[in-house]
Amino acid sequence: MSEAIHTEGNGFHTEYMTLNVGPQHPSTHGVLRFVVKTDGEVIREAIPDVGYLHRSIEKIGEKVTWHGYVPYTDRADYLAAMFANQGFCMAAEKLGGIEVTRRGEFCRVIACELNRIASHLIAVGTFGQDIGAVTPFLHALRERETINDLMEMICGARLTYNYLRIGGVGYDITPETCDRITAFLDHFEPITDEYDRLLSYNKIYVERLANVAVITREEAFQYNIVGPNLRACGVKWDIRRDIPYSVYPELEFEVPIGTGERGTLGDCYDRYMVRVREIRESCKITRQALKMLPKGPAIAKVPRKFKPPAGEVYVRVEAPRGDMGYYVVSDGSEYPYRVRIRTGSFTAMGIIDKLSRGLMVADLIALIASLDVDAPEIDR
Amino acid sequence: MRQFVDQLIQNGYFAGAPKELVYAGAMIVAALVVLSVFVAPLAGVTSWLERRVWARMQSRVGPNRVGPQGILQWLADGIKNLLKEDIIPASADKFLFSLAPYVVFVGFLSAFVVIPFGRELIVADLNIGILYLLAVTSVVVVGILMAGWSSNNKWSLLGGMRSAAQIVSYEIPAGLAVLTIVFVAGTLSTQGIIKGQGWAPWDWFLFYNPFTFVAFFLYFTAALAEGNRTPFDIPEAESELVAGYVTEYSGMRFLFFFFAEWGNLYVIGAVATILFLGGWHIPAIPALADQPILKGGLQFAVFFVKAYFWVFVAMWVRATLPRVRVDQLMSLCWKYMVPLSFVCVVGTAAWMLIWPQGNRPVSMAMFLLGVVILAMFSKRVGYQIRHARPVLYLRPYI
Repeated sequence: MSEAIHTEGNGFHTEYMTLNVGPQHPSTHGVLRFVVKTDGEVIREAIPDVGYLHRSIEKIGEKVTWHGYVPYTDRADYLAAMFANQGFCMAAEKLGGIEVTRRGEFCRVIACELNRIASHLIAVGTFGQDIGAVTPFLHALRERETINDLMEMICGARLTYNYLRIGGVGYDITPETCDRITAFLDHFEPITDEYDRLLSYNKIYVERLANVAVITREEAFQYNIVGPNLRACGVKWDIRRDIPYSVYPELEFEVPIGTGERGTLGDCYDRYMVRVREIRESCKITRQALKMLPKGPAIAKVPRKFKPPAGEVYVRVEAPRGDMGYYVVSDGSEYPYRVRIRTGSFTAMGIIDKLSRGLMVADLIALIASLDVDAPEIDR
Repeated sequence: MRQFVDQLIQNGYFAGAPKELVYAGAMIVAALVVLSVFVAPLAGVTSWLERRVWARMQSRVGPNRVGPQGILQWLADGIKNLLKEDIIPASADKFLFSLAPYVVFVGFLSAFVVIPFGRELIVADLNIGILYLLAVTSVVVVGILMAGWSSNNKWSLLGGMRSAAQIVSYEIPAGLAVLTIVFVAGTLSTQGIIKGQGWAPWDWFLFYNPFTFVAFFLYFTAALAEGNRTPFDIPEAESELVAGYVTEYSGMRFLFFFFAEWGNLYVIGAVATILFLGGWHIPAIPALADQPILKGGLQFAVFFVKAYFWVFVAMWVRATLPRVRVDQLMSLCWKYMVPLSFVCVVGTAAWMLIWPQGNRPVSMAMFLLGVVILAMFSKRVGYQIRHARPVLYLRPYI
């Protein structure tokens, strides 16, 4: 490692230390690896090494039927399976020219927003844990457990939902489930305040995150940062609002952006706060959707042998980790010709090397946690 | 104890053995008794209690299977770890690697020599007691550094280096805070310092003057940092350094580090009690005058409760606060705590020039201030507890 050897002005011969963060490191949340060169505690270089969780989900898409591929999309991002379902279903519907029933759309919104809350709870919880506060993590997972129960009521599964179908949803949401979702939201909304008191405004927590790993607006565009990470840089961009899909145009919600309230715009703290605020917005959206839930069938009539005409589409959904895109090509057969998934975590990995130079080892952990990168979504 | 051994020798036991050897043997036996009867169960029960308290604060259950409420969990863990393979990495420095846990352990255990349990209950009332205590607890850092270096692992090395920097830095505010009390008490002996106080809170050195009041918080914060406790647990920060200097340890050697950590919590509380909180003093009750055993027991109970309260506070802090960063830790120490502790030392020295016998009204006022702070804190905690929402159970099957 000759390039690492350098000589300081005072004549001491020093070397950078190569540190292997991961793939079995407690803070990589799955199997991520960073090859880090440090000067003591200060990072000079952090090269992300991805691919440990590659399951060929895109290739599998060419080998299974259109309906049969939906359960595989769950595994693309198992913390937010609903959105991967939705992306693929929307692509197939667009290719086949299928109109989703109105009730089906609202069921999708309810399920997706609950899933977004669950995913963001994991994100902010593990963020706290990486900074050393273990209690908020467990409080967040406690609430996520209730969402898992709700999901079990909605679709029978707790993690990989396989709820959405091409043309609607697999199971209708019953009135009893609606009542329980409302009961959960009544219970949960005050908890976000409790969470703020416990973690968000904690002096040590703010000191650890403010002004750390600032992403400027320009850098965010250059590195293709999406989702909450982009909004934390002060860019008001949300697919739900700007490229509307489903019934989101009928729902009222705010798009929270970073304000730089405790430090610089686009620092780790902004990325944290954007997620906390999005949790509240998701609660609002879910309430509205429950209120507006129309009568009617939950799924449109779709032939079992679904054969969309030849063509290609690119659809985008706003997943918890940002813009999730599905590029699907059909050759008119029973199987998709090509499926390509574009995920937010993968592009977010690109900026880590640039941002981590000059940070300390502890800040690298905060940076990874603040970008909310998710190993299954990176590798697919 | 010396009289007891002398008596044994006179009665014809140990015939032929040199007197010094008998004394040394007796000391070793006494040390073993203290270790196995008090320190080991204390550290073990503290580990169990910490896990339970922590679990309760995190709306979990915690260990509750072994014995009533899981109180014997530490025994099960100890047996499990004894039976585990003792792995020494091939590239480790075997001698230092094996030695490090014992150095840490000795550093923490030696502190019990000067920690009193009651007016008569102390292993040795050294006339340099508190200095000795500061000295032996510094040995721990040598052990940690040895562990970090000899593991031949970069995480261990980072942890060891962090630990060395942290403990050495925080020795200064801790030492200066102790010095403040030594000024007031005029002695280094732990028993002497306690005897300078009284049973009533306004007789404690905590409320002696505003400077000692501040010194207490300086001491407690610095002691948490020296004991590698959250929010200063950066040497073994599990989310950054995997497990820091204990990364490569397994089995009983691994447990020794944690044994020392949990035992050290009690030492922190005990030293705070000795210096600031009146030690084992109890009110003079006439009925107890001719019952030395009951009186001794009561003194022990008072001392233990005071010391253990701070163990609980440390657990509470650990469940509440995130971890600080290395540079923030250092700036907190050198920019704020060291200057403040110097102010405390100089302030107390000036105070003693002006009021050599202390100032009773000021002590009472400080006591009232302490009560007000405690009341405000309790109000805040009560607010949080009232507004905490319990877990919501929604049965998934309708």
